Amino acid sequence: MATIQIKVNGENRTISGIDPKTPLLWALRDHLGLVGTKFGCGKGLCGACTVHFNGTAIRSCSTAVSAVESRSITTIEGLAEDADHLHPLQEAWIEHDVPQCGYCQAGQMMNAAALLSTNPKPSDEDIDNAMIGNICRCGTYTRIRKAIHSAAGNGGNA
Amino acid sequence: MKNELYKYDLIPDVDMPAEFVGKIEGYETTETDILDTSMARRQFLKLTGIAGGGLVLAFSMGSSPRAQAAHHGGKKETADLNAYVQIKSDGSVVIAAKNPEVGQGVKTFLPMIIAEELEVPWKSVSVVQSEIDQKRYGRQSAGGSQSTPRNWTPMREAGATARTMLIAAAAEKWGVNASDCMADQGYVVNKSNGKNLSYGDLASAAAKQTVPDPKSLKFKDRKDYKLLGKFVTGVDNHKLVTGQPLFGIDQRLPGMLNAVYVKCPSFYGKVKSANLDEVKQLPGVIDAFVIQGNSTDGELKPGVAIVAKTTYEAFKAEKALQVSWNIADASKESWSGFKKMAKELTANPGPVSEEIGSMDDAITGAYKVVDSYYTYPFLSHANLEPQNCAAWFRNGKMEIYAPTQTPQGIAGILARILPIKADDVEIKQLRGGGGFGRRLINDWVCEVAAIAHKINAPIKMTWTRETDMAHDFFRVGGFHNLKGTLDKKGKLTGFQDRTLVFTNKANGHPVRGGNIRAANLQCPEIPNVRMETHEIPLTTPCGWWRAPTSCSVGWVFQSFIHEMATAADRDHLEFLLEQFGEPRWMGNQTARDFNTERAINVTKLAAEKGDWGKKMKSGQGRGLSFYFSHLGYFTEVAEVTVDSLNNVKVDRVVVACDVGMLLNKSGGENQVEGSVIDGLSTMAAQEITFENGAVQESNFDNYPLLRLPVAPKIEIQWLTTDHSPTGLGEPAFPPLAAAVTNAIFDATGKRIYTMPISKEGFSFV
Repeated sequence: MATIQIKVNGENRTISGIDPKTPLLWALRDHLGLVGTKFGCGKGLCGACTVHFNGTAIRSCSTAVSAVESRSITTIEGLAEDADHLHPLQEAWIEHDVPQCGYCQAGQMMNAAALLSTNPKPSDEDIDNAMIGNICRCGTYTRIRKAIHSAAGNGGNA
Repeated sequence: MKNELYKYDLIPDVDMPAEFVGKIEGYETTETDILDTSMARRQFLKLTGIAGGGLVLAFSMGSSPRAQAAHHGGKKETADLNAYVQIKSDGSVVIAAKNPEVGQGVKTFLPMIIAEELEVPWKSVSVVQSEIDQKRYGRQSAGGSQSTPRNWTPMREAGATARTMLIAAAAEKWGVNASDCMADQGYVVNKSNGKNLSYGDLASAAAKQTVPDPKSLKFKDRKDYKLLGKFVTGVDNHKLVTGQPLFGIDQRLPGMLNAVYVKCPSFYGKVKSANLDEVKQLPGVIDAFVIQGNSTDGELKPGVAIVAKTTYEAFKAEKALQVSWNIADASKESWSGFKKMAKELTANPGPVSEEIGSMDDAITGAYKVVDSYYTYPFLSHANLEPQNCAAWFRNGKMEIYAPTQTPQGIAGILARILPIKADDVEIKQLRGGGGFGRRLINDWVCEVAAIAHKINAPIKMTWTRETDMAHDFFRVGGFHNLKGTLDKKGKLTGFQDRTLVFTNKANGHPVRGGNIRAANLQCPEIPNVRMETHEIPLTTPCGWWRAPTSCSVGWVFQSFIHEMATAADRDHLEFLLEQFGEPRWMGNQTARDFNTERAINVTKLAAEKGDWGKKMKSGQGRGLSFYFSHLGYFTEVAEVTVDSLNNVKVDRVVVACDVGMLLNKSGGENQVEGSVIDGLSTMAAQEITFENGAVQESNFDNYPLLRLPVAPKIEIQWLTTDHSPTGLGEPAFPPLAAAVTNAIFDATGKRIYTMPISKEGFSFV
């Protein structure tokens, strides 16, 4: 058991009494109470658990919490600048009514946000390549694609 | 006698858990149970003031006489009431959404119906999930695409009643007749002088008005709708995109512990022994114990519970757990064994379950006979949110926090498996991360309740993906040895299906979604039809999977009709339309009876918008398929490009729909788009196999789901008809597979007989 410090959504957090091998996903959900990041497969196959690690999209179910010690993590709860200023992707997701069940969408948006941060105007092919790792069981892919394009047109490169 | 096929008025895909359909005769649902939107069962309608001024409209359906008495019992009245509509003095409106939300959009569109009739602007409406209470809300469930047809009239009545009383209150104030007033977006307007009063100002006075007789209510004319049919976004979208807790798995309770429940890989194996002492020593583990279970279908399977502080510690302990299973009574079933058995059994004549005309005569007189053998696999629901549930047993009461599709079934089951009373079970409805029929069965609720009953703390149980896939209630697989006959003119004269019907070992009825009938063919013009069915008892658990029965046989039959059209050297569209015959409404002309006019019209529309008959390039193909299920009429045209390596690119899918009218353009189209993608996902490479009673697939690496790059262009055409609106969770699914395999045939000349298409060497790109 260890005490681990991570920076989550700009805030320094200390987790004590944790097995350092605990996946970041469960550290976020069970230890920090940030349940927006979702558990889907536990093997990095579905992308529901996607978060940002120093700005890069990673699968938190397959990343030990010790591997991100002292580093900066952004989760869906921290994607918006603040409560009044949603990320362009979040606005686009609402406007295009992307979610059905909505379970995968946090991971989809975190992955899309990482895409837009390096490629503010992605082509269809760029979106295909970037989003292939995120499963939507309800099949909202056409709307996801539309919403990413829409957010990009919005200057969605935050 | 050809119409005899439809005398049952039965589209077997509407089967539902007994608890929620009411009467079940055998395994068939009765007609009255499916579409009872009459108000005969409505018990009372009541208004009461609320603190701070305002109006609460309570509206109860399906109440038992006992509940009615309770409500009329004086003091308790107010406390027992629950409201669909609450109008506050500032004019804001709260509308309760009664049914579970699992991604079908019901939490948005049922309140929309109320808001439309109430005549309020949607922006002044906030929606809350109602409590789970049969006495107050009648049936609350999410299944069978039934939320729309069952609630269409009651929701309109809820809105129209409140509107009528608000108008009456204004008329009283102004000293005019109600007929001199009209409602307009949150106001009542005096037609003679243009004066108005807001709903907020009228709410308290409205509460004192006489509740109108439902028969006297005037619903709005469809042409006057301001909200229904519009693109309305989901009421929970903001919470979803900002990661706020909504789902079952997000539930946290004070002092909550996390559990796993480990079951025998071979269905219904029992625990002989386990290394519990060792497991209890592991970090974070609080307790580990054996649960006997009752081995009843859909209830509590035998297993080992591990309770730990965190989910990860529970998962880790699960890996260290070693169980010696007693598999004497466990399933030994094998998918490969069933495949072999089916081939042998259907090679020879079997027991005739249905016959119209004489198939023997059709064969004797045939100009051409076509024989084909179709196979489709078992499937998992693969909800992206694995099954999970929280339970808290305290002071003799069991609180359940469940992302379920059937909340009202839980208390009864728990009272059977635990020493608690049904009345002591309280259900909190949480959002489900996908339903697709999996969460109609509450086996996972039984597990967490059994664990919580032993532990003095709230418990959340989470299944790993591997547990979820191994312990699903699967879509049943199937085999069809088909024979079709043509006369000299190329008319379809006979159809025969030699098939296996898997039956539930417990009751001898076809398994859920496994009731295969001649009516599934949906070709009322064929004069000679014979169904030969071998009943095979099955232990592997089967459940309702999106568009039960239709989801599998829709592909088989719509593909075979194309095969027959091809054998007759006729155009598929013209051949399919011929099978519908004259435009007419069959049977008793209820929503459940096949209406060939609607079938013809959606088929013609899909063909037109799908460029039917237009020439395509080499390597490209176009396919057509129709299906009527869950009260909806759908025809789909798929266009594909296939390369020499059998890589299939689905370029476009055109969907023509008739569900009466579309209630929410956004939510409705999302369901259709999702059904198309789910259809492709399923037919690409999904297959659940089992050997020695144990499922062989475990996660998304060996049970793949479709990914974004493969999603095709989807074009949806809505045919608006005067029929009452019906649901969209399921009916767009069944026609998809045949539209695609027929298109692949058009492109390549290769007929796909076995699902998924990966079995035949094809893949989607």
